[in-house]
Amino acid sequence: MDELLLHVLDIVQNSISAGASLISVEIRERIKEDLLEITVEDNGRGMDEETLKMVEDPFFTTKSGKKVGLGIPLLKQTALSTGGDLKVKSQAGKGTRIKAQFPRSHIDLPPLGDLRGTILALVYASERADILFRYLKNGRELVLDTREIKAILNDVPLSHPSVIKFLREFINEKVKELERIFPEQD
Amino acid sequence: MKLEELRKIRERVQQELSLREGKARIKIIIGMGTSGIAAGARETLRAFLSEIENRNLTDVLVTQTGEKGLASQEPVVIVEESGKPGIVYGMVTPEVAKRIVAEHIVNGVVVSEYVIQVEE
Ligand SMILES: Nc1ncnc2c1ncn2[C@@H]1O[C@H](COP(=O)(O)OP(=O)(O)OP(=O)(O)O)[C@@H](O)[C@H]1O
Ligand code: FES
Ligand SMILES: [Mg+2]
Repeated sequence: MDELLLHVLDIVQNSISAGASLISVEIRERIKEDLLEITVEDNGRGMDEETLKMVEDPFFTTKSGKKVGLGIPLLKQTALSTGGDLKVKSQAGKGTRIKAQFPRSHIDLPPLGDLRGTILALVYASERADILFRYLKNGRELVLDTREIKAILNDVPLSHPSVIKFLREFINEKVKELERIFPEQD
Repeated sequence: MKLEELRKIRERVQQELSLREGKARIKIIIGMGTSGIAAGARETLRAFLSEIENRNLTDVLVTQTGEKGLASQEPVVIVEESGKPGIVYGMVTPEVAKRIVAEHIVNGVVVSEYVIQVEE
């Protein structure tokens, strides 16, 4: 993977697989502290002690039929290689929180990546779990709550062409607004 | 642009859908496991959505699965049509996604060179 946001999509898929009904995704840029934080929190089935201990090990997975789990170790590796870190907090039956931190100015820090495409993918993942997405940058935030979208849509499918068009433009506008305030260089 | 504007769209679409069966004819399932995402599944998803939008296809459903596909063939996409065996496509780049929509979903002709499996 060459974007941090691809990792976000991947970690969210874990939450969905764990039966979560609500997933909170927070990306926070602390510019003064030179930090980028990614937190994914869910109310899924959580992990037992043993799974938790092994989850950061690239040669572990509990899903049947495959030998290696790649998702979390890959993100952890990315975090460590930039002088950052990744922490997993999880409680069986309660939920899981994955928090990764990166020094923003590290030369090897992968780009955050395609915000529009990622938010769109998260919205279309929301038929399986509600997602609260927040991107915070110096007091400004982009928030998208799929519960609001679903409440309005009722039984109209997300994949209806008029709905796709609306969501695409809606997301585009939100991202544009954020980029206007924080142009590329910071 | 306000989220509330979506309400108007909902009302219009609801009327439109109530005029006919309302059930989707075809389901597109995109593999979004780790290897799928790394191979570009997010762009594949976006390509399907924009084709549905551009062609105004009102009877197609797009969903995702986090299950592991075939790592060497990602991105993997399954096209399901009621009463027919599901078609599993491999190496579905955005270009291939466009072809699947044009040839399979619109014209009913499977894009055979990208089929990796036929489900029961
Ligand atoms: N949010 C979560 N809630 C509960 N269990 C989780 C969660 N995230 C990960 N796990 C557990 O940790 C294991 C390892 O996760 P990881 O993402 O590293 O690999 P994977 O999902 O099994 O495989 P891959 O991501 O390579 O497709 C999972 O199989 C699952 O048992
Ligand atoms: S961004 Fe490439 S593996 Fe993390
Ligand atoms: Mg995973």
